Amino acid sequence: MIVFEKPKALTDAVLHYCPGCTHGIIHRLVAEAIDDLGIQGRTIGVASVGCSVMAYNYFDVDMVQAAHGRAPAVATGVKRSDPNNIVFTYQGDGDLAAIGTAETVHSAARGENITVIFVNNAIYGMTGGQMAPTTLPGQVTQTSPYGRDVKTVGYPVKICEMLSQLDGAAYLERVAVNNVKNIKNAKKAIKKAFQNQVEGKGFSLIEVVSTCPTNWGLPPVKALEWLEENMIPYYPLGVYKDKYAEEVK
Amino acid sequence: MSHEKVLMKGNEALAEAAIMAGCHHYFGYPITPQTEVAAYMSKRMPKIDGGVFLQAESEIAAINMVIGVASTGKRVMTSSSSPGISLKSEGLSYLAGCDLPALVVNVQRGGPGLGGIQPSQSDYFHATRGAGHGDFHMIVLAPDSVQEMVSLVFHGFDLAEKYRMTTMILSDGTMGQMMEPVSLDMGEIKQYDKPWALTGTKCERKPNIVNSLYLQPEELEKRNFERYEKYKLIEETEPMFEEYKMEDAEVCIAAFGVAARVSQNAIDEARKQGIKVGMIRPITLWPFPKKAFASAAEKVKSFVSVELSMGQMVEDIELSVRCKRPVLLCNRAGGMIPTTQNVLDKIIEASKL
Repeated sequence: MIVFEKPKALTDAVLHYCPGCTHGIIHRLVAEAIDDLGIQGRTIGVASVGCSVMAYNYFDVDMVQAAHGRAPAVATGVKRSDPNNIVFTYQGDGDLAAIGTAETVHSAARGENITVIFVNNAIYGMTGGQMAPTTLPGQVTQTSPYGRDVKTVGYPVKICEMLSQLDGAAYLERVAVNNVKNIKNAKKAIKKAFQNQVEGKGFSLIEVVSTCPTNWGLPPVKALEWLEENMIPYYPLGVYKDKYAEEVK
Repeated sequence: MSHEKVLMKGNEALAEAAIMAGCHHYFGYPITPQTEVAAYMSKRMPKIDGGVFLQAESEIAAINMVIGVASTGKRVMTSSSSPGISLKSEGLSYLAGCDLPALVVNVQRGGPGLGGIQPSQSDYFHATRGAGHGDFHMIVLAPDSVQEMVSLVFHGFDLAEKYRMTTMILSDGTMGQMMEPVSLDMGEIKQYDKPWALTGTKCERKPNIVNSLYLQPEELEKRNFERYEKYKLIEETEPMFEEYKMEDAEVCIAAFGVAARVSQNAIDEARKQGIKVGMIRPITLWPFPKKAFASAAEKVKSFVSVELSMGQMVEDIELSVRCKRPVLLCNRAGGMIPTTQNVLDKIIEASKL
C-alpha cells in the first residue's frame, strides 16, 4: 500500500528553490488541494514575477506567466474566458502587495471567482533580498541596511486586514507553514480557497507567512524560529473574512 | 444588419465589427476620444451568449485581462487613446513575448503627456517602433474611413491569429467620431488551430505554457530570431496601401488616416491647377509598404508626407526611397489637422523642386 506519494498536480521537475525555503511545501499543498478536488484537468495557473516565476515548470496544469503584479488581471481574463476552469495565481509579497496592489485590490473588490496564493516572506527574494512592502519595522535588508525605518519608508502592508474591508472578497485567511500543525491548517485553508471557486463563491486569498533563509541570512531552522518570533506576532494567523460563514451566522 | 449599409460613428462601427468578427471579450478603461467603444461594448456584450465586457481598474489591468483571454485562444480586444496606450506598453511587450494574438485599438489624441483630446497621429513611432521593451513588432493598420474601421477589424483579427501577434488599429479622434454609411458584412471568418491555447489539460495532454521568460540567452536569442523570420514573411506578404492618381504623378503625397482624406481634396485641387500629384496611402504602417514608395521614387521627383504629428512617418518614406528624392513634411500637431490649403501649398513647393 502506498502511504505517501507526490501529488499528481506536481510535475517531476526538480524545484529550483533554496534549501529551507518554504515555497516547496506551499507548492505541494496547492497541488494536493487540486488533487483532492479532482480539478487538475480544468485548472489553469498564473505564475507571477519573483522566486516563484518558474512555477509553470512545477504545476502539472496549463500555466501562463504574468508580468510583475499583473497575475490577478491575467487570471481575470483566463477565468472570464471560461468560467468552468479553475484559475489560481501564485504570487509573492513584492508582486502582490507593492507593484500589483491595484490588481489585488480590484480583483478582490470585483469578487473575481479566482484563488490567490500569496506567499509573504517579508523580502524580495529573487532580486537578492531587498525591502518588501511586508518587511517588518527594523528588519535589515539590502535596501534597508540600517533596518526598516518606519519614519521614512512607512509601515508594512497587512493584506488580509486590508482586503477584509472589501465587500467583494469572499474568503481571506492567513496561515503559516513553519510547523506540522500550521502546515495542516494551511492545507485546509488552501483547499477551501479552491473549493470556494468550484462552488462559485468568489475571491479567495490565502496569505502564507513564509521564510527566506537565504536573504534573511539565517539557517533554515533558525529562519523558522525567526518567523514564529517576529512574523506571526505582526501578521497574526487566522480567518480575516469568510463571507459565507458570516451569512450562516 | 448584414448586406445593408447603416450610418454609424467610427468607434461604434469598429466595436460592432469586432463583435461580428467573433470577439466576445472586451476589456477597457474610459479615455477620450475612444470611450464610445467601451460604451458600445457595455451595451452589446451582455446580450451575447458568453459575451464579456469588463471595465478594468486601469489600462494596465485591461491589457493584462486581454493577455488572460488571449492565452485561452479566444478573440479579445481592448481600446484606448494615446496616454492609455503608453500604460498598455508593458502588456504589448508581453503579448509579443508570449506570441499571443490580440487586437488593440489606439484612437490617437495629441501628446506628449496628457496632451489634448483632439485628433493626432503622433503615436506612429510608438506603434511601428517602440510599443514596449524588447525586440518586437505589431501589425499596425490605419483606417481612413468608417468602412475601413470595420474591414480592418476583421482583417486585423485574422492577421493576429494567423501570425500569433498583436494587431493595432491606429485610428484617431476624427475616425472615431465621424459618421459614415458602412456595410458590416465581411464574409466568413477563417478559423485557426490553436494547439497552444490554455484550455485545461483535461488530464489528456501535457500542460500548455504561455510564457515570455527565457533565462538562457541562447534560447532567448533563438526565440527572437524565429520571431523575426515571421516578421520578415509579414513584410514580404502583408503590406497594404492604396494609390490615388499616381499614374502620371510627379509629386507623391504620403498620408494615412484623416491626413489622407484631407490630402485627397488637395490633390484634386492641385490637379485643377495642372500639377501632376498623386498619393500612396499606407494602410499597413507596419509592415510599411516600402516597395510601393521605392518604385514611386523611380517616377516622381519629390514626396510630401502629410501628418498630424511633428513628422514620424516621414522617416519611413526616406528609408523606403533611400533618400533618392526629397521628402517634404506637411504637418500640424497637438490636435490640429492640416487644411486643404496647407497641403496644397506644400504640393506647389514640392512641384518646384
